[in-house]
Parts: sequence; structure tokens; C-alpha cells
Amino acid sequence: MDLVTPGFGLIFWQLVTFLIVLFLLGKFAWKPIMNALNEREASIENALSAAEKAKLEMQALKADNEKLLAEARMERDKILKEATEAANSIVETSKQKANEEGARMIEQAREAIENEKRAAITEVKNMAATLSLEIAEQILKRELSDKTAQQALAQEYIREVSLS
Amino acid sequence: MKRLFVLLFSFLTLTAFAEAPEEGGEFQPGDMITHHIADDYTWHFADGAVVYLPVILVDNGEFKVFSSHNFYNEHHETVAYDGYALEHGHIVKVNEAGEPLEDHAGLYDFSITKNVASMFVSVALLLGIFFVIAGRYKRNPKAAPRGIQSFFEPIIIFIRDEIAKANIGPKYERYMPYLLTVFFFIWFNNLLGLMPGGANLTGNIAVTLVLAAITLLITVFSGNKSYWKHIFATPGVPTWLAPIMIPVELIGILTKPFSLMVRLFANITAGHIIILSLFSLIFIFRSVAVGPLSVAFATFMNFLELFVALLQAYIFTLLSAMYFGGAVEEHDHAEDHH
Repeated sequence: MDLVTPGFGLIFWQLVTFLIVLFLLGKFAWKPIMNALNEREASIENALSAAEKAKLEMQALKADNEKLLAEARMERDKILKEATEAANSIVETSKQKANEEGARMIEQAREAIENEKRAAITEVKNMAATLSLEIAEQILKRELSDKTAQQALAQEYIREVSLS
Repeated sequence: MKRLFVLLFSFLTLTAFAEAPEEGGEFQPGDMITHHIADDYTWHFADGAVVYLPVILVDNGEFKVFSSHNFYNEHHETVAYDGYALEHGHIVKVNEAGEPLEDHAGLYDFSITKNVASMFVSVALLLGIFFVIAGRYKRNPKAAPRGIQSFFEPIIIFIRDEIAKANIGPKYERYMPYLLTVFFFIWFNNLLGLMPGGANLTGNIAVTLVLAAITLLITVFSGNKSYWKHIFATPGVPTWLAPIMIPVELIGILTKPFSLMVRLFANITAGHIIILSLFSLIFIFRSVAVGPLSVAFATFMNFLELFVALLQAYIFTLLSAMYFGGAVEEHDHAEDHH
């Protein structure tokens, strides 16, 4: 059967042509194409992994930032609290000091008043004594003529003096 | 009238109807179909559009090159030329009287036949297209593909990932040039064969024989120790069976490429025969009414053939890859058979 009998010439040309095509395409087409495809795939893969890495880094950075922010916030709260405490204590001590000062001043004033009073009383007493003496002198000068009267008077004075 | 139809269809349709039946002669569909799927020394696009291809003969070491036009006279009848003549589509030696000689020893026919010329066209296309694509990849390897490049890139990647990597394994890279070349060679030629006036190249047994033989040689030469061990001392088979097993395995080496050869040849030739037969119906029934039906069926068949063209290229490449994969596979589990 002619159809299934391979022709010699066609086998020859097919073999030669196919091998030449295989060589030419293999060297000048498939090699650069496969290389380019591999290279492109590798670069895409690299880009993807780099993006993934960048994403992770960003996340880490964000977490760091948040941590820093939280720390700062805590620090601020602490400082505020301390400041408030300091202010409070200052006010407190000032109040106490003021109170103490006030109390001391009142005490001093009271003492001064007391002293003045005592001095005044002493003066009054002295003056009264002087007056009494003068009165007594006057009376004595006048009354000493009467002895009994003198005695009665003296007695009376003494009683009065001791009473006062 | 009949001749007019033939002329019409030869322009409108496919490979069919380059050969008009002789004026007044009975239409012979079998002859017409056989003529169309067989090789020829002329390239017959349509009546009146015939390219006479060069005939190259080596007769006992002597080169003879002349146009095949010399075999035809002005009435398109075959005549003898320079001691050679066409006899049933082959060149034979003839004597002075034009009688074929019995002895053809030393005569080798290297003619650029229709199939060879068609193959050159396909090769020019292959080289042109893939050199252009390769140039783009070389200039700009990381750029996104565009134009013709983006059409072929998925196919190349498919062959690499789904055919080579999947069936050969880690050593796939060195088989890529052959797999890609054979795939595109078969596909392009299948498609060219479907063109009007195209040659039935991939439906020629010589072509598929060469392709299958190359697959066989690559398989045999890349066979590793375990591949040959499985053939000459199949694990798990008793030694006394070796006289049966070794011939069976050796035949097995040959049947694989033989099936490749026959599958491609038969599929493509059958497709051509079916389309030609459908058109022949018009002339067998000598009725214009059959025409639309035939054209409808032939159009459907042609679409099917477009699919078969791709499918057969894929199958040839896939099976080749599987045979290579079997030859380079490492059988680590070989000991488990015992």
C-alpha cells in the first residue's frame, strides 16, 4: 500500500530539516525564551517575597510605634500624676504653714495682750497703792489724832486690802 | 458544468479539488482522495495554478536535477524525460521506448516534493515567528508579553509546566527544545495541511516515522540504569521468565514510537479523507442540492480538524514527554518489589 510506505526522499528531507530546525530553534529561540521566562518568574517571585517582607516590616514598625506611643502615654500620665501630687503637697504644706503661722501670731498677740494687761493691772495696782498710800497719808495726817479711830480705820483698810 | 463547480470549490474551500476529473471521464473519488493525501512532484493549488517542483535524483552516484515540468507535455500527460518517468506517483527508470525498467538499484529520489516544499514553508514560518518572539524576550525579558508573544507564551508555559515538568520531573529542562519544536512543528503543519492547497505533511507516514524515531532515539539514549534494569531484569519477575520478558520489553520499546507514528499519520490522513469524501458526494450524486449539505458537514469537519490539529500535536508531545520521563525516572522503590 502506497499510503503507508514511507518515501525515502521525504524521510531524508524531514530528518535533515527537522534536525536543523531543532538546532536553530533550540539555540536561538527556545533558549532565550525559556531563560527570559525563568528570569521573569524569578523576578516576580522576588518582588512578591520582597513585598511580603516589606509588609511584615511595616507591621513590626507599626507595632513598635504603638508600643512607643503607649509608653509615651504612660509616661505622660505618670508625670501628670506626679505634678498633681507635688502641687497638692505644696498647697497642703503651705496651708499648714499658714495655719501654724496664724496660730503662732495669735498666740504672740495673746501673750502681748496678756503682758499689757498684766502691766496695766500692775500699774493700776501700783497707782492704787500710791493713791492709797497718799490717801492713807492724808487720812493718817488727819485721823491720827483719834487713836481708836486710827486703829479701826487701819483694821478696816487691812481687811479691805486683803480682800481686794 | 462539472468543471465549473470544481473550479468554484477549489477557490472557495479546502485542500480539495485541485484535481478535476478528466473531461467526460467518470469521477473516481478514491483516486481523487488518494491523489490528494499522497505526495506529489507538483504543487497543485488549483487548475492553472500549478507549481512544478524540482526533481533531484541520485542515480548510482550521479546527481540529476531538473524541473518536474519535464514529466508533463502540453496536454498535461506524463511523459518520460532523460530516461526517467512518473509511474503511479513515483519516479522510475525507463528505456528508450518509455517502458519502465525492472531494475531500479542505485536510484535515490531526493526530490523537493509537495510535502517537502510545504515543510519548508512551515519551517520558514516557525523560524520567523519564534525568532521574532525570542528577540522580544532577549530585548526585554521582564516586560509583559505583547502581540504574537502573548499568544505563544501560554502555550510554551503549558508545554513546560503541564507536559515536561509533570511527566519528566526535575530533568525536564534538557528535553524542552525537542518538545517545543515537535509540538509547534506538528501543529503548524497540521494547520497548513488544512489550508486550501496545503500538503498532507503530518499525515505522511515518512514524516511521522522520522518524528517517532527521534523520540525513540532520545528515549533510548537518556535511559538510565533503572530504565534498562526494568527491561532486562524486571524487578519482581522470576529469572526463568527472562527469555520471554526481555523480548517483550524490547518490543515494548519499539511499540511506543510505532504508536506515535501511526496515531499522528492516521488521525491527520483520516481527517483529510473525510473532508474530501464529503465533497466527493457532490460529484458522486451529480447534484447541486447535495452541495450545501456537503459544505455544511465539511465545515463542521474542518472545525473538528482544527481541534484535532492541536490535539494531535499535544498528544505527540505529551507521550514523548512520558517516554522520556520513564527513561530518566529514578526507581527508588525498585527494591520494594522483592
